[in-house]
Amino acid sequence: MTTTVAATTIKARQRPGDRVFSTATVVSGSLILAVLAAVALFLLVESLPAFVAEADAFSGETNNFMEYVGPLVFGTVWAAILALLMAVPVAIGIALFISHFAPRKLAQGLGYLIDLLAAVPSVVFGLWGITVLAPLVRPFYVTLTEWFGWFPLFEGPVSGTGRTILTVAVVLAVMILPIITAICREIFLQTPLLHEEAALALGATRWEMISMAVLPFGRPGIISASMLGLGRALGETMAVAMVLSPSAEVIFQLLTAENPTTIAANIALNFPEAHGVGVNILLATGLILFLVTLVVNMIARVIINSRKAFSGAN
Amino acid sequence: MSTDTIIRPITNSLTAGKLPKRSPLWILLASWVVAGAVFLVLQVTEVADGFNVIGTIVFGTVIYLIAIYLLSRMVEGARQAKDRLMTALVASAFIISLVPLGSIIITTVTNGLPAFLTPSFFNSSMRNVVGEGGGVLHAITGTLLVTGMATLISVPIGLLSAIYLTEYGTGRLARAITFFVDVMTGIPSIVAGLFAFALFALLFNDPGIRFGFGGSIALAVLMIPVVVRSSEEMLKLVPNELREAAYALGVPKWLTIMKVVLPTSVAGIVTGVMLSIARVIGETAPLLIIAGFTASMNYDLFSERMMTLPVFVYNQYVSQGVDSQAYVDRAWAGALTLILIVMVLNLAARLIARIFSPKFGR
Repeated sequence: MTTTVAATTIKARQRPGDRVFSTATVVSGSLILAVLAAVALFLLVESLPAFVAEADAFSGETNNFMEYVGPLVFGTVWAAILALLMAVPVAIGIALFISHFAPRKLAQGLGYLIDLLAAVPSVVFGLWGITVLAPLVRPFYVTLTEWFGWFPLFEGPVSGTGRTILTVAVVLAVMILPIITAICREIFLQTPLLHEEAALALGATRWEMISMAVLPFGRPGIISASMLGLGRALGETMAVAMVLSPSAEVIFQLLTAENPTTIAANIALNFPEAHGVGVNILLATGLILFLVTLVVNMIARVIINSRKAFSGAN
Repeated sequence: MSTDTIIRPITNSLTAGKLPKRSPLWILLASWVVAGAVFLVLQVTEVADGFNVIGTIVFGTVIYLIAIYLLSRMVEGARQAKDRLMTALVASAFIISLVPLGSIIITTVTNGLPAFLTPSFFNSSMRNVVGEGGGVLHAITGTLLVTGMATLISVPIGLLSAIYLTEYGTGRLARAITFFVDVMTGIPSIVAGLFAFALFALLFNDPGIRFGFGGSIALAVLMIPVVVRSSEEMLKLVPNELREAAYALGVPKWLTIMKVVLPTSVAGIVTGVMLSIARVIGETAPLLIIAGFTASMNYDLFSERMMTLPVFVYNQYVSQGVDSQAYVDRAWAGALTLILIVMVLNLAARLIARIFSPKFGR
């Protein structure tokens, strides 16, 4: 004899408190997405007049928006890439030092020390870049042009103040070190301990263990950390605005008095005095900066997330 | 039949072919001495003026890298030599990164201290001040108001979103929020300022709008993702047993969150909020765009320009008046104030995390 029992699903009674609370969380979660969309939307609406602006709205010889923004985009990417070239090897070194070389007890404290660098406000980096770094590196630049002046990048004459794109790149490199280091450190610490122990047990030296087990495992992490650093360097404003003496042209020479400027620095320097369609032009360059950093950050996050998915398998 | 046996002195096979234990240290010191001697000769022969300390350390380290590689290669073989070289390089990468940090802190303290210790610096504004004197009161007031308002906006939104992500969200919306929160942490600060400007310029139809509340909105855009990320991490740390125990007693979900989950993780959440404040309090670019600068006190977030501390530093340096040294001194003193605020926030946050965090295990 069988009895059929109706399958009952147990459901908690919906209380008004529950409904209000969960709605509130959903709304605020969605609000974040809405804010991101609003950033793009409002910048787009406000920058529309710039795209159709007449030639006399721009200063100098530029006739339309594309001509205006071209050198700025070049300067932004150029400064960021130079900074990245300097920062990534050092950051990998620091991350390895903290994760695999430093004594265990010290490691966390050393990590805090690097994080302190991230806590310094960018305007202080700007002041430091002008007053300390620029005079310090100028003699070095002079030597560089004397010895390697034949190489196009290091052509003279050297800027009299030392406030060149290379100095800016050094400041930017220091500023993006903490974020690259932090992510590399996380990834290096995730290396499966068995891989490391296996390498050491086979007689590998510490460096061989790192180059065989840690670095291959961490490569996607290093790439995405570099891209996050790139995103920071692209958008960094005050340090560039204060240190660089800009001239908004496409110039590859690193050490001369004429330097390409970046979108962010250009906005910061010109916005307080801008009026009329000039404001719209600056907002339009800001929109372009937003889109570039958005794409760079999205690629970086996709790489990090794909890593997360299979690092748990170990 | 006998075989000839060669009699050799017994060597310790465990330490043979290795450099003595402290040798890297001695080689490093020796390299510095050598480099120092070279620079001393340069100084004595008056090729260079003054003893070059930085050069000594830099060239000494380069000599060390070469020396340790060659010595180790002769005694220990190529593989060990490479290991020693890379160890030295990795360690020097770390030291290199500490140089700018030390330099920034030292220059800020030495340049900022004179004006920082002037009594008028903290009890007057810059109104009607030309040259010496004047203070930072208006900027500190502005920073506190703008950042405080940004915190008031972003903490509820950020915390509720974090609760959604940990307690409710599972589907596509949760994944989208997680992804875009991460992406938002990378928005350049100046874009946030431009967004606030575009928003209010359209809303109030005023193409030259400047006011403090706009700065709060811009900072909130930068702050929300940081708050979400840190609170989410902290909420995830709350053990599931606590939630299950509450459900088993018949407690509704929202009360479980309010009375069990949040109190357990409150220390971590406070830490995260303080760190996010420390992150945005030094932002200059967005406030330069939307809050503008002024020399007078302004207590009203919703009208007129409002000075903030980072913008004060920038403005003092960029638009120096007749007595330019006074302006530079004030800029450095402002920078010192700013660094102190950020460091205190950071330290306090870490202390709170250490003291009040729930102790797991027994």
